[in-house]
Amino acid sequence: MPAQSLHGWGSTNPTVADVRDLTSARLASVLSAVGPRGALVRGLGRSYGDAAQNSGGLVLRLADTVHGVVLDPDAGTATVPAGVSLDDLLRLIVPHGFFVPVTPGTRFVTVGGAIASDVHGKNHHLDGTFGSHVRSMRLVMADGRQVTIGPDHDPQLFWATVGGIGLTGAIVEATIGLIPISSSRMRVDTSRHDNIDELMAAMADGDDGYRYSVAWLDPLATGASLGRSVLTRGDHASAEELSGRARRDPLAYAAAQRAVLPALVPSPGLINRASVTAFNELWFRKAPRRRVGELQSIPAFFHPLDAIGRWNRVYGRRGMIQFQFVVPFGAGDVVRTVVQRLAEHGTPSFLSVLKRFGAANPAPLSFPAPGWTLAIDVPAAAPGLAELLYSFDDLILDAGGRHYFAKDAHTVPESIRRGYQRLAEWQQIRQRVDPDGVWQSDMSRRLQLSAKSATDHR
Amino acid sequence: MNNGLGQPQTVVLLGGTSEIGLAIVDQLISGALQRIVLACRNTESGERAVAQIRAKHPSITVEVVAFDGADTAGHRAVIDQIAAQAGDLDVVIVAYALLGDGSNLNDAAAAVEVAHVNYTGTVSALLAVGDRLRAQGHGAIVLLSSVAGERVRKQNPVYGSTKAGIDAFAQGYGDALADDGVHMLIVRPGFVHTKMTEGMDAAPLATTPDAVAKATVAGLRNKRRMVWAPGPLRFVFSVLRHVPGPVWRRLPLG
Repeated sequence: MPAQSLHGWGSTNPTVADVRDLTSARLASVLSAVGPRGALVRGLGRSYGDAAQNSGGLVLRLADTVHGVVLDPDAGTATVPAGVSLDDLLRLIVPHGFFVPVTPGTRFVTVGGAIASDVHGKNHHLDGTFGSHVRSMRLVMADGRQVTIGPDHDPQLFWATVGGIGLTGAIVEATIGLIPISSSRMRVDTSRHDNIDELMAAMADGDDGYRYSVAWLDPLATGASLGRSVLTRGDHASAEELSGRARRDPLAYAAAQRAVLPALVPSPGLINRASVTAFNELWFRKAPRRRVGELQSIPAFFHPLDAIGRWNRVYGRRGMIQFQFVVPFGAGDVVRTVVQRLAEHGTPSFLSVLKRFGAANPAPLSFPAPGWTLAIDVPAAAPGLAELLYSFDDLILDAGGRHYFAKDAHTVPESIRRGYQRLAEWQQIRQRVDPDGVWQSDMSRRLQLSAKSATDHR
Repeated sequence: MNNGLGQPQTVVLLGGTSEIGLAIVDQLISGALQRIVLACRNTESGERAVAQIRAKHPSITVEVVAFDGADTAGHRAVIDQIAAQAGDLDVVIVAYALLGDGSNLNDAAAAVEVAHVNYTGTVSALLAVGDRLRAQGHGAIVLLSSVAGERVRKQNPVYGSTKAGIDAFAQGYGDALADDGVHMLIVRPGFVHTKMTEGMDAAPLATTPDAVAKATVAGLRNKRRMVWAPGPLRFVFSVLRHVPGPVWRRLPLG
């Protein structure tokens, strides 16, 4: 068996699976090889924890190419094989005057993965999640049958698959609505905020005036500077706003990767209190106090970390935990407390990201809900990290919040049951479409997501 | 499944009443741990250990399973039974061994029993556990070896040789399992103050079950192949290994 060790973007918990690369057209044919450990489709492995691992079972990677994409400029939609990355898709559609409806902080995710994790971006407060823009998709079911589902065609299964972390079936193709653009530039306003209260007030006040908004916090600042931050907000610039060379080719799009971090980073990583403090200080100082109407490229605005390949290696051999939660708007003090405890604990942590979510969609396992969402990176080997994270979990769940599956590597089944109150509803749908538990993952076992409890034996 | 912090959900202890084994189990308890299985021959004393863990950690499922290290034919069935109940086994600690009466080298039957349980029986259990972990594509095995196997003393050659043998087997078997996602950690404690060593004179660098357990858990998190407890014994034995035989024989080593 082509056994291969796989881990998530956090590099924390590698496990071994039988990994097969194949096109979506061939996917149904390998389902006969599924054993007791089931099968799972894996995209580009950008989820941080174990969502895209299936130890001891089959892991299927879709070797789809961008040639399979059908762009319908009149309808403003693209029909995309699930294994195509947003990176490839953007290269194809931006020159035609279209943008993806939602992009996370990296463009190296597949369309299938973006649906399975129901990813969000800086425009969630207005546009919702990626799944909200899926018009229809084709799903290979546990029994090998292929079905087409959409918001008006078996909506139950459709919404269970949006955010369903690959556990309802294999998404092989999706038709998504696109955003029409007349230039590939972003018009960006940047403002610096001296503490978290000032930041949250500014976001609550002005976010709705922008399509895109996100704040980066210095997680190490304490006292009066607690949560000092840089808020960037923007919109797609129109072609008329460009000048000079950019104006002659307003839809020109280039997304280069400047460097790739080598595998030779020493085992404790490059992350320590001194290096991270220096980095955060520099980053805060370098931001303008206030700047309006700056034109930025798509990669610079949406995907700054993508400029450095394998940046996750800075965390060394033990890897990192990325922790993301949402709490209702009324519980903004939970965000404040988490930032404060993290700063006091002194865990060396890079930039944290704070964002306001808009309305939730009908998907039972979709993460975003109206409120504040905070994402934090921490080295997994940091002393006392477990106790710190578990103490955050209590605060978050008590406030009616929850954790993000695509980031999670530490929560316990009970936290998921409390945070996702429609879990049982989702489990019933899964039971209907996959009674034998063909679709499994390390995450589904760890968090006991399938209704059949821990064992999940067939 | 382990979580990203290296915390297991299910821990199995073969030799469920071993003090060092129980100390390792205790160190592995966290907010993530859901189930502990104590597999032992004497299920009555197993139940006492269960009661102690339950009293301290009421949210964790703790159970006893009958397991006899000497009953090689039954090992696979016991592991299968545990896995059927518990699902994935994240950490399996193999901690049973007979010390035997080292001074009585005239009792061949007793020597054979020690050799059978400590070597043959442990090879058999490790193979059953290894197959299970290999099938699930992840998991760790902790084998409690001993410095007694690093250079065997005249005071207890049977015990020492079984530890030498099982240590060597576990090294090779661990390498064979590595590509299948299974982590073998060999723990070589020195003299540990336990009921097994009660009344014996403590050797230099004597340690406690808790100290061995802490070193073991650190070794699990850091994916080490071998842990000495305490750590400096590694250097002591790198010298003792080369002491000429006639000198070694006369060393006052308990």
